Amino acid sequence: MHPIDTLQAAWPALMDGLWITLQLTVFSSVLAAALAVPLALVRVHAPAAAQAPLRLYISFARGTPILAQLFLIFYGSGQFRPLLTEWGLWSFFRDPSNCALLAFVFNSTAYQTEILRGGIQGVPPGEIEAARAIGMSRVTALRRVVLPHAYRIAWPAIGNEIILLMKASALASIVTVFDLMGQTRRIFSRSFDFSIYLWAALLYLAITAVFVVLWRLVERRLSRHLAARQAPLPAANPRTT
Amino acid sequence: MTAPLILSARDIHKSFGSVEVLKGISLDARKHDVISILGASGSGKSTFLRCLNMLETPTSGSVTVHGEEIVLRNGRPQSMRQIERVRSHLGMVFQQFNLWTHRTVIENVMEGPVLVKRVPRREARERAEALLARVGLANRMDMYPSQLSGGQQQRVAIARALAMEPDAILFDEPTSALDPELVGEVLKVMRALAEEGTTMIVVTHEMAFARDVSSRVVFLHQGRVAEEGSPDEMFRAPRSAEFQRFIANFR
Repeated sequence: MHPIDTLQAAWPALMDGLWITLQLTVFSSVLAAALAVPLALVRVHAPAAAQAPLRLYISFARGTPILAQLFLIFYGSGQFRPLLTEWGLWSFFRDPSNCALLAFVFNSTAYQTEILRGGIQGVPPGEIEAARAIGMSRVTALRRVVLPHAYRIAWPAIGNEIILLMKASALASIVTVFDLMGQTRRIFSRSFDFSIYLWAALLYLAITAVFVVLWRLVERRLSRHLAARQAPLPAANPRTT
Repeated sequence: MTAPLILSARDIHKSFGSVEVLKGISLDARKHDVISILGASGSGKSTFLRCLNMLETPTSGSVTVHGEEIVLRNGRPQSMRQIERVRSHLGMVFQQFNLWTHRTVIENVMEGPVLVKRVPRREARERAEALLARVGLANRMDMYPSQLSGGQQQRVAIARALAMEPDAILFDEPTSALDPELVGEVLKVMRALAEEGTTMIVVTHEMAFARDVSSRVVFLHQGRVAEEGSPDEMFRAPRSAEFQRFIANFR
């Protein structure tokens, strides 16, 4: 079969898979991003002893393969089925895409926590002090000064992490999720037409390309106060207005 | 008739580890006072200023602002709420300006009133515009701090402090980070504030400002008040050997 015909025949299935891949990536990266904020604050502010469990989790999540984490959750939950049923959690773990989502959140939260920690530590301390000195509460200072700076600093690295996560989401196909890779594998197993993998690869590449462009647009907006410095100043006569 | 007491610090001690930086300093600031705090580096003057709005927590002693004594327990403020309330009555201007670099000039000035005092945005904006005009920056409102010179940034910082309508403004070496040719524009603004009756506590190395503008001078030496009085007396006839030596270096 001509590769174009392969693509045409597979298109609806690939689009279904693409949609699942996008959902998995978006949900898991957003959940991980939300969890990363409090955890990064613990990493920055909590005493070392209180951080010990968090650091253990981070080294485990970053130091073991995502596939291993996915298997632990997917097969592990099967082992504990009676217990999970008792707790009313079995209906969640029964669905392999939930297991995949959980594994990706587990993994990405660790990375995003460390990325955001670096961002928070890069916030100019004087600006935080100025916020506190004017009477802002800790929470307000966090919202208005710390996080805007921290995200601007961490933005490119977070983008990187999301791209890695998007590609890693292909692992979900191994636990029978029909994401883009899952659909591709199924089509291949029927036709043995390897060109379908080429099309799948190009679709992954397309997602990444679109994401990179969008991410860069936001980055430019977050950094507009830095770009401004390079722009020429209008005529300087401060006393005329 | 004496002006009302705005701020009163009693017997402030501060230690960092085993080093005692402040060894019992007291200070009263009344309305319209302009108090210059002088001292060699390491004399504790910045630490003392930072104790007044609790950016540093004194090891012992008490600070009363606006009739409200800040309660310390076990070397920590008892209530952050109270500290935040007190801080909103005391402006602060830093050596390194510390403007919020991700916000425009006018946003910097509006931020405190809008977020801390809950002033409606429109009102805050109008006031901010007026204040920026007053410090000579009406045409810089929509720029970012990084586009301004140090002197301009410090004037924005002064406008930011004024926007809170504080009872007093604390200045922590406001001209020390500036190029010499930019010092004048900041001092000019500060002088105008003093003439309008703003209560100011100024840690500075600007002898001319201390002598000509302030109503009172406090000279710190090794964590203690070595001498204080009116600038006239102190600069004409310093009593303490330390202050004599100190001003001799500036002649």
